[in-house]
Parts: sequence; C-alpha cells; structure tokens
Amino acid sequence: MAIRNLLTRKTLATSPLGMLGFRSLKTFSLPDLPYDYGALEPAISGEIMQLHHQKHHQTYITNYNKALEQLDDAMSKGDASTVVKLQSAIKFNGGGHVNHSIFWKNLAPIREGGGEPPKGSLGWAIDNNFGSLETLIQKMNAEGAALQGSGWVWLGVDKELKHLVVESTGNQDPLVTKGPSLIPLLGIDVWEHAYYLQYKNVKPDYLKNIWKVMNWKYASDVYDKECPES
Amino acid sequence: MSLSSCGSSSICSLSSGILVANDPSSKLSKRRFTPSISQPGWKQRRDSSDNNRGVSKVFGYYGLKSPPYKLDALEPYMSQRTLEVHWGLHHRGYVEALNKQLEKNDSLYGCTMDELIKVLYNNGNPFPEFNDAAQVWNHDFFWESMQPGGGDMPTLGLLQQIEKDFGSFTNFKEKFTEAALTLFGSGWVWLVLKREAKCLAIIKTSNSINPLVWNDIPITSLDMWEHAYYLDYRNDKAKYVNTFMNHLVSWNAAAVRMVRAQAFVNLGEPKIPVA
Repeated sequence: MAIRNLLTRKTLATSPLGMLGFRSLKTFSLPDLPYDYGALEPAISGEIMQLHHQKHHQTYITNYNKALEQLDDAMSKGDASTVVKLQSAIKFNGGGHVNHSIFWKNLAPIREGGGEPPKGSLGWAIDNNFGSLETLIQKMNAEGAALQGSGWVWLGVDKELKHLVVESTGNQDPLVTKGPSLIPLLGIDVWEHAYYLQYKNVKPDYLKNIWKVMNWKYASDVYDKECPES
Repeated sequence: MSLSSCGSSSICSLSSGILVANDPSSKLSKRRFTPSISQPGWKQRRDSSDNNRGVSKVFGYYGLKSPPYKLDALEPYMSQRTLEVHWGLHHRGYVEALNKQLEKNDSLYGCTMDELIKVLYNNGNPFPEFNDAAQVWNHDFFWESMQPGGGDMPTLGLLQQIEKDFGSFTNFKEKFTEAALTLFGSGWVWLVLKREAKCLAIIKTSNSINPLVWNDIPITSLDMWEHAYYLDYRNDKAKYVNTFMNHLVSWNAAAVRMVRAQAFVNLGEPKIPVA
C-alpha cells in the first residue's frame, strides 16, 4: 500500500497536475435552467433566453475557468504580478458566472409562480423598508433605467443590519462589491444582451415586464435563511 | 464656426455647435434670453453672438446628424435594421436627452461639442450631461469612421505612421481587434494620435468616455456597446470586429483626420530637399 502511494505521489509530482500540489482545480460548468427557454414568454423571448444562457453565460464560465487556471499556475510559481493582473478577468468572468447563476433562479414561468408577490417575512420587510411592493419596483426600475452602459440592479439584504437595499453594480460586479454583508435576493440583468433582441433600446419596457416572471419564492427563501425569525 | 470664438482647437468638431444648420428633424426651442451666472469665457461669446439682442430668441441646441451614407449602404456588413435602430433610436435618443438637459442649464450654451465634452467631463468627475453629450459626439464620429466599401488598408502618410508606431499594419489590426475583444462591458476602441507622445495608439474606453477628455486626437473608432452589433452578430463579437476591419472602416476618413491632426501635432521635421 505504501509503495502504491509512493508511486502515485511520484506520478503526480511529475505530471502537470503535480505542479498544483495535491488539490486539483475545481472548474465550473453551466448550470441547467430550471425551465424551458420559451417558458418566460412573452416577458422574455425564448431566443434571448437561449443566447443568454448557452452563449453569454457559457462564455463567462469558460473564461472564468481559464483565468482560474492561469491564477493557479501563477500562484504556484509565485508570480505576484500575474496574480494581480488576473484579478480583473476573474472579477469580470467570475462575477458574470455568479450573477447569472442567481439570475436564472430569480426567474420563473408564470404557471410556476413567476410574478406572484412575496408573502411572509419578505413581504413585511419590503413594506417596512420601502412602503409597498409598487414603490420597490418603481425604485428598481428607475435605477435600472438610469444605469449607463452595462450592469445589474439588485434587491439585497444586509445581513448585519437586517434591512433591505436596492443597489446597482456596473459590468459584472457582484452585489458584494457594494458592501461585504450584502446578500442578493433578486438581480435584474440590464446588459443590453438581456433584452435587446426583443425590446431594442426601450429598456423601461423590459424592466416593466420582467416583474411578471420574477421568482419571489426564491427571494423569500434566501431572505428567511439570512434573516430568520427570531 | 471660427476657431477664435471657441478658444480651443476643435479638430474633429463634427456636430455643429450652436445652431442646427441642415437637419430638419432637430428641435429648436424658443425662449426669452435670460443672462444667467456668467462664467469667464462664456460671457464674451454671448456678447459677440447675434442672439444677444434682448428679445426672445431662438435657442438652438444640437441636432441629429445623418450618417454620410444611406442607412442600407453598409449591407450586408451592418444591416439597415441596425442603422435604423442604432442611429434612429439610440443616437437620436442621446441628442434629445442632451437637448433636454441643456434647456435647464444656460451656462453651457455656446460651446462646440468638443468643448462641451471637456467641460462636462470635469477632469474625471463628470456631470450628468456628460454621458449624453459624449455619446452624441461618439456616434457622429463613428458613422463617419465607416463607409460602404470600407476596409482594405490605409495609404501614404497614415500607413507610414501606422507602420512606424505599430511595426506593420497587420500588427496594428491584431492589436485593435484584441483591444475590442478584451473590453469589459460597454465601451469603445479608438485609434488616436497622442498629443504629448506624438504617436498613434490604440485605447479602450468605457461607456461614453472618449479620447477628447485627455486631449488626444481620435482618428477612428469602433462601437463595442452590445447594441452596435447584437442585431447582426448576436454575441459573436469577433465576427463583428473582423467585419469592421475588413469591410467597414473608412481609411479615407481616418486619413483626413490625420492630416488635420498634423496641424496640431508635429510628427517630425519636414523633409526639405537640399538644393
């Protein structure tokens, strides 16, 4: 048994994997959508969903994996400047993967509860923090419409202060870049690829319609987990 | 528009500043002329302009300039549909938004587009009007950076300068393409003539920023906002960029801009033949 271990160790050391030490790099893969591409019509077209998922999200994952491999390589070589140089690619592509993974769960077909307003503790919290659900929606839509370039609009919860926030982030920055204790409940992708084929430059229409397929159940579940009733 | 009244070297001023000359679709608002907070520079321009007669005058702002070709002229490389939406909706939207914002702010009246952009950029802390103003300028510049039957190669002086600063045209093309494909989010890629360094360079900018804010002289540009290519190429950015380089970019326009730029940047001693 010991000899076998010795042998495997030696192979690892000489093989490329051996450079990484004994742990192997975990790579990421495209998560499946919990619904068909066309299931969110007419709010979001099937063509957009397919491109968004299979092309855009996949590209973020591919590039994220590549950046992580390069990072691993640079770390094991002690190449500090490459490690630093790779951070923007990791933030962008990793952020893209993280954000889109949340986004797919944020949406649900109407027949599976998409668009149904939140009840329970999240519903209360929204009324307390914003006055009403309509006010929250208006606020998020205004932020989304005002966002220049590419980015996201978030409904998040500050798990330290236990209150809800509406924030926007640029490019693929995850919500946590706006505050380390912020947890995303809902995110709306306002990159043009998320709506252009269907809505062209009329972003406000996209923002109005996306609420019809918003999966409040997911948001409630996350909220209950972060802010349990004490 | 004369250079003396602008106070700056407006090299690539493509949108007429004060009154819209040729565009019937522009909006002109009539309003009583009320002098507002005077700022040095603006006041002398107002006094010398025709509009200071103390009666209600027409205020002209910026108009939507048409591309120098018909909307279907760039087919099949950039579809008519894209031009209709990109120019007719996006670009027009920026112009209208800018005009609306300028209505509220009298002190910005009287600038050329170049000056307006520099003033609004505020050295990195841009005012809210910056985005719209810059995007109007950027898109004017972009339409003129393309032509039907574009692509191919630059010639004569521009080619020589490119070869001097990038080694070869092929290398330049590679670098430009790489810049376009590695841009994160929305933005533009530019070939500029750097005033201080006196050489050509490729730069990427985010959202609506353009090289005028750093006082460099743009020679050509490529719009990498998704709305520029999504209808024609979906997410295939590489195909879009290659198509631009091979079939759309107007080296004629670039050469004209280069010639004008050399009035402001000394690229070298002239070769005076010895008798």
